[in-house]
Amino acid sequence: MLEYSEKVIEHFRNPRNVGKIENADGVGKVGNPVCGDVMVIYIKVKDNKIEDCKFQTFGCAAAIATSSMVTELVKGKDIEEALNITNRTVAEALGGLPAIKYHCSLLAEEGIRAAIEDYKRRKGSDD
Amino acid sequence: MIYLDYNATTPLDERVLSEMLPFLKEEYGNPSSIYSLAQRARNAVEKAREQLAKLINADPKEIIFTSGGTEADNFAIKGIAYANEDKGNQIITSQIEHHAVLNTCKFLERRGFEVTYLPVDKYGVVDLEALEKSITERTILISIMFANNEVGTIQPIEEIARIAKKHGVYFHTDAVQAAGKLPIDVEELGIDLLSLSAHKFYGPKGVGALFVRKGVKIAPLLQGGEQERGRRAGTENVPGIVGLGKAAEIAKEEMEEEEKRVRKLRDELERRLLSKIPEVVLNGHPQNRLYNTLSICVKYVEGESMLINLDREGICASSGSACTSSSLEPSHVLLAMGIPPEIAHGSLRFSFGKFNREEDVEKVSDVLPRIVEELRKISPFWE
Ligand SMILES: Cc1ncc(COP(=O)(O)O)c(C=O)c1O
Ligand code: FES
Repeated sequence: MLEYSEKVIEHFRNPRNVGKIENADGVGKVGNPVCGDVMVIYIKVKDNKIEDCKFQTFGCAAAIATSSMVTELVKGKDIEEALNITNRTVAEALGGLPAIKYHCSLLAEEGIRAAIEDYKRRKGSDD
Repeated sequence: MIYLDYNATTPLDERVLSEMLPFLKEEYGNPSSIYSLAQRARNAVEKAREQLAKLINADPKEIIFTSGGTEADNFAIKGIAYANEDKGNQIITSQIEHHAVLNTCKFLERRGFEVTYLPVDKYGVVDLEALEKSITERTILISIMFANNEVGTIQPIEEIARIAKKHGVYFHTDAVQAAGKLPIDVEELGIDLLSLSAHKFYGPKGVGALFVRKGVKIAPLLQGGEQERGRRAGTENVPGIVGLGKAAEIAKEEMEEEEKRVRKLRDELERRLLSKIPEVVLNGHPQNRLYNTLSICVKYVEGESMLINLDREGICASSGSACTSSSLEPSHVLLAMGIPPEIAHGSLRFSFGKFNREEDVEKVSDVLPRIVEELRKISPFWE
């Protein structure tokens, strides 16, 4: 079995913010072309701040842990701050990932970006 | 701990270990030397050769010891290819072989050999019509595995051998998963070459054998001394070979009883998991399948995440999910059987053996449905 950090295992075993947000302000659905995993991220935005964030993931333990971590990291952040979060930030917050699993953290970064883009697009059309 | 990965490897049988120990200690002679210490090592190797020959009904002279299944596969395929280049350059194999066969074939392809990879049906059975059609004037070898390591499907070996014989082509079978589990008679089945490996049936790791029928033209893989009658150079792995021989003897004796006991356990786990977990599919042939192997795909969840949760409960199993492979590709076996990648993603394999008991079935059928339920709560595809 792969050597995951305790933090990864902890988030994998007890993922935070699992599920859907009904009436989300932005939804990002991304897939991993490498191994075929899928992540969906939902955000609720108020006054340019991410008030709530949830996820659903079909993937490995690293994908689940990075999804969980990224939702924690963006909650309460401004949109701009959230966009600064990279897969490295997520991986580091989890105490690192095995080399072969770095691509899983990319999914988390792309997921949050996609959700924010979706939010901006919807907002644009609202105005 | 509940070990359910006997297709990956097996623990050493105590009786095998006892047989090996003297050859790891005081009986350290080199079988090629003259004195009686060496004579004893030589005798031990020859005794093991007889024990192994009996397991598959071969002549001891037709057994060549190797460093395992991988070497036996390499030896069979490269050895036939190199020794029969004057006859042709085509090799026929299947898409679901072990990488020891597949990558050997790919290696030869880059060196001018032509390889046909036969498709399989949804159960993983090789298409015999496609086999017969793909044989040409240039075909020198057909290499089809006896039983598949991932899903357990058993191939129609006798028919394949008959087709090979009809066309005057050598037939090799990778029997690494079948040897020690199923009765094999190379005479009756008409097999020309057969690979096996000790660690799959309670022998030590790093030792195996290739059966080569008398008269088959094969080139050695290793050049060097005259060991194994010039067909496999290098000082013999005496303790390993002794262990292989003893493991073969035990397997022959206990196979029938083991089959009955293990099949019951496997069937029970299969029945329970299929009824307790919704949206699960069984992989491999429903009947013609190794009696110890249970491969399933659990939809909407991924294999690695299930394995880690099982490991937490002390259960060892395996998966053909892309996320568990170092190439990040789903199992080529499941894909060849037409299983879509996203379903192969949720594959799990439980393979039973000697030390499994009913409690193990209880525990897994208790734990796995809960694990799946939890993971499905996270999955975007499960509503
Ligand atoms: C079908 C098959 N062939 C070949 C091998 C390789 O055998 P070994 O591990 O002895 O090299 C294995 C073992 O994983 C196998 O299952
Ligand atoms: S998402 Fe497939 S390896 Fe992590």
